[in-house]
Amino acid sequence: MAGGGNDKFSVLLPTYNERENLPLVVWLLARTFRDSGTDFEIIIIDDGSPDGTQEIAEQLEKIYGSDKILLRPRARKLGLGTAYIHGMKHATGNFIVIMDADLSHHPKFIPEFIRKQKEGNFDIVSGTRYKGNGGVYGWDLKRKLISRGANFLTQVLLRPGASDLTGSFRLYRKEVLEKLMEKCVSKGYVFQMEMIVRARQLGYTIGEVPISFVDRVYGESKLGGNEIVSFLKGLLTLFATT
Amino acid sequence: MTKLGQWLCGLLLLGSAWAALAGLRLPAPLRQALLPLPVYLLVAFGCFSLATVGFRLATFNDCEEAAAELREHIRAARADLARRGLRC
Ligand SMILES: Nc1nc2c(ncn2[C@@H]2O[C@H](COP(=O)(O)OP(=O)(O)OP(=O)(O)O)[C@@H](O)[C@H]2O)c(=O)[nH]1
Ligand SMILES: [Mg+2]
Repeated sequence: MAGGGNDKFSVLLPTYNERENLPLVVWLLARTFRDSGTDFEIIIIDDGSPDGTQEIAEQLEKIYGSDKILLRPRARKLGLGTAYIHGMKHATGNFIVIMDADLSHHPKFIPEFIRKQKEGNFDIVSGTRYKGNGGVYGWDLKRKLISRGANFLTQVLLRPGASDLTGSFRLYRKEVLEKLMEKCVSKGYVFQMEMIVRARQLGYTIGEVPISFVDRVYGESKLGGNEIVSFLKGLLTLFATT
Repeated sequence: MTKLGQWLCGLLLLGSAWAALAGLRLPAPLRQALLPLPVYLLVAFGCFSLATVGFRLATFNDCEEAAAELREHIRAARADLARRGLRC
């Protein structure tokens, strides 16, 4: 037991049309946890993906065993926020890792998250693209500008004490995540932002680990005007209410 | 207090300090420097914002190695999963 001690880590993987990516993420996760001798489980929450993600997930369950891979599907696309809540109900670990299943978050960072958590006894460890060796791959100048601009605006308005508010690669103590889920009402990018803001309000501590974010290779990506408008709305709402 | 409230308080404080000073009988050169101060501050903040965002944009890491490594890992994962009987 080199890495984990008595801790168990539940990874929540929400999927919607991730047939290509899911087996690869699961493979990387399993290898990472086994190499570091850490107890883990992977909870896959598939929202009735039309591409047959669920069928692949069932194969993975057979390959890795139903103690390691837990399938908790839902009948239709109900959104990310509720997917986390749904998955969390079935988690048996004392820590929860939230990440995207589209390979933009590499499992290799999880041992660093765990080390960071131990180091400062943090309630939350958040991956950050904006600090140290963190960064992105596959973004054009426009997307980088939007991201940097939005991040700066958020820092000025909310002074949240964490550098990456919209990222969704994080480690939480289970009870902390439960508490935060109760409080947070936003959707989309704003949801991730609200989690950090509320965490600060409740006095939880946050550590940060630089991560490299590799934009999805498989499947559709969407960042449109709509997302930007709803981001700004959400930011202003948090600004005025928290 | 909300973040909005904090901002309003801060602005109110600065604003009233400025108004109070502007109401005093100060020597002409001081007064001339004082009156446009809010505009200067605003412009300075704007420049600071642009410079910060510009600098961070220019120094945003491009993770080439991470992408290459991921491609390598994907290849290994595919091969191993196929060996274990995954049908995609
Ligand atoms: N269960 C479930 N998962 C979802 C839903 N929407 C998105 N996901 C998954 O949540 C993760 C993040 O979603 P993404 O589509 O990658 O969102 P994004 O990273 O903001 O955008 P791009 O990667 O640029 O498309 C992925 O693993 C998706 O498969 C949903 O409604 N339900
Ligand atoms: Mg993504």
